[in-house]
Amino acid sequence: MSEHVVAVQPEPDMIQLLTPEGQRVDHPDYPLGLSDEDIAGLYRDLVLVRRIDTEAIALQRQGELGLWASLLGQEAAQIGAGRALRPHDMAFPTYREHGVAWCRGVDPLTLLGLFRGTNLGGWSPSEHNFNLYTIVIGAQTLHATGYAMGVVRDGAVGTGDPDRDTAVLAFFGDGASSQGDVNEAFVWAAAGNLPIVFLCQNNQWAISEPVERQSRVPLYQRSAGFGFPGMRVDGNDVLASYAVTRRALDDARNAQGPTLIEAFTYRMNPHTTNDDPRRYRLGSELETWKLRDPIERVRAYLSREAGYGSDYFAAIEDESKKLAEHVRAGCRALPDPTPQSLFDSVYVTMPAELRAQRDEFVEFVGSLEEASA
Amino acid sequence: MTVMTYRQALHDTLRAELQRDESVILLGEEIGVFEGSYKITAGLLTEFGPARVRDTPIAEEGFVGAAIGAAMLGMRPVVEIMTINFSLLAIDQLVNHAAKMHAMFGGQVSVPLVIRTPGGGGQQLAATHSQNLEVWYAHVPGMKVVAPATPADAKALLTAAIRDDDPVLFLENLALYNTKGEVPDTEQLGRIGSAAVVRPGRDLTVVSYSRGVVIALEVANQLERDGVSIEVVDLRSLRPLDRETVCASVRKSSRAVVLEDDWLSFGVGAEIAATVQEGAFDYLDAPVRRVAAAEIPLPYAKPLERAALPSAADLIRVIGELLDATRFTHAEGGS
Ligand SMILES: Cc1ncc(C[n+]2csc(CCOP(=O)(O)OP(=O)(O)O)c2C)c(N)n1
Repeated sequence: MSEHVVAVQPEPDMIQLLTPEGQRVDHPDYPLGLSDEDIAGLYRDLVLVRRIDTEAIALQRQGELGLWASLLGQEAAQIGAGRALRPHDMAFPTYREHGVAWCRGVDPLTLLGLFRGTNLGGWSPSEHNFNLYTIVIGAQTLHATGYAMGVVRDGAVGTGDPDRDTAVLAFFGDGASSQGDVNEAFVWAAAGNLPIVFLCQNNQWAISEPVERQSRVPLYQRSAGFGFPGMRVDGNDVLASYAVTRRALDDARNAQGPTLIEAFTYRMNPHTTNDDPRRYRLGSELETWKLRDPIERVRAYLSREAGYGSDYFAAIEDESKKLAEHVRAGCRALPDPTPQSLFDSVYVTMPAELRAQRDEFVEFVGSLEEASA
Repeated sequence: MTVMTYRQALHDTLRAELQRDESVILLGEEIGVFEGSYKITAGLLTEFGPARVRDTPIAEEGFVGAAIGAAMLGMRPVVEIMTINFSLLAIDQLVNHAAKMHAMFGGQVSVPLVIRTPGGGGQQLAATHSQNLEVWYAHVPGMKVVAPATPADAKALLTAAIRDDDPVLFLENLALYNTKGEVPDTEQLGRIGSAAVVRPGRDLTVVSYSRGVVIALEVANQLERDGVSIEVVDLRSLRPLDRETVCASVRKSSRAVVLEDDWLSFGVGAEIAATVQEGAFDYLDAPVRRVAAAEIPLPYAKPLERAALPSAADLIRVIGELLDATRFTHAEGGS
């Protein structure tokens, strides 16, 4: 704690459509265009993904998962962006976008299987238009850029046909913003006027390093030097996150090129279940961010301004409990992979050399099991 | 002598070198305020200040490249890369620049750089975070690669690496950080490029390095009780490689097994097998055998990960096969 630096203050130009107190505010460039029913739907998403996260942490503590990277505090940025996607758009996550996975229809159990080690990849990226998680930070921004090049090649940009025009959404963190990969992705996307939106969830911390270690300017300003627009949105405001991402995705689909969005938010939990943030940040910071909770403000809006009553919230709570049961029971029942499955997906076509290794390996593992039986 | 962990030996050596030489500086992701992902640099920022213990942005190519520049001008940067896997982001700087500058600039510039980084699997960190990539660097002329297995060697070789005028990749291992051993209290300057017979034996030589040495010693002790006398050679340095110590051991034992945590193909085992057939062919009773990891991206599931990594059981099996193939008898063992 000897060199603690206070987190960057939000810029005055941070886009917000719902205050932490639950007041709707309008922004001239980002009309919301959502009904109260739509907003209630976003509320449901927020509550349910937080519940999945809570259950996953508990399962990890009980030894049912090897690791978990919590999204607590970042639900709004993820649900806002995830719901702004159209089905045929493609998203490239880091390892923390469980909220986006939810929006893309990935079963939470598939997600948990990845952290439990029972599936090697889980969901189909082409079926869900949601890539698999990438852990070496920043690399996926280049993959997203390549995908966007493919979209252009297919002529699926700027045709005016909403079912055809496609955008790509690439997630990364404030820490990853320092990587060469991310900066090279910016270069390519700008040079090729690619249909891509870069969404940086600035959750203030890269494990123990504060965002000041990565940048002297607010991250959204980085895009200017590359030649495309950037903006900072209140990442704890699901409405603003939705409206800003929707606009940027529209621009991408309409051949207006890339956008950088900095979603200003906070990682309320440890980096992963292996981490202890008390070693590097002050508890008071967390208290400040609790006042900006992404869920409370939507609830306040719905109950005060939109006439949603306790029945509605009770029904969501009920659904959340059922989901939790599904996650808990389902996780424990996930089937263990067989030893030979290790070898199955190393290549599309297994070379004979590897097949021989596999057979020898399976025989040896079998002999150990026999010996211990 | 003091008994201490491998981690403590590294920490104390870094501290001693920082005290001894003003040109020694440390760089890396979260090595300062956070004191390092594995706590090797605990307390060093407080003691030596941010000019000498630097937290870097999350940009491996950036801080390795910058360290090379600093080294060219006479600093002695010791860079921590969180794991060897992330050194891949900096490999151009290491292979094309650090390792080649002295030669390509006509001997006018040297790069006294140390890259400290842990390798290896077994910690349930999945395929991209569990690799053994040291042979990639050992392949490159101009690089030195050392891989101590004990706290004492960690001290002696880190001291040597920091004072060496060429770039050195200093390989650590997550599974070794908490292991303990006796460490001499006085300054130790190891010799880069010398292997050690860490356990003498007659019947068979096991060659290994880093974490593999711990397994080899365990197996040797176990087989001793069965009347098999195993000699363990710890390579300690992959480049330069002490081929003579390996061959001398095999000339005595006539049987050799290489144990490596890495994948089988194109690895240290292949290099040692070639070395032995060049330097001790006439003494061999059977082909050199290799024990290595399954040739797959390392799985994340705990039981599968364990099954894929080379274990004591794998080594015992291969030693048994080799002894059988050469009609080893206990009479021979006792002769
Ligand atoms: C290339 C690379 N270097 C280092 C790491 C180790 N590491 C894992 S997550 C992380 C911090 C990432 O921070 P950020 O990009 O802000 O994302 P967040 O975890 O906060 O969501 C680091 C340094 C890594 N995975 N990949």
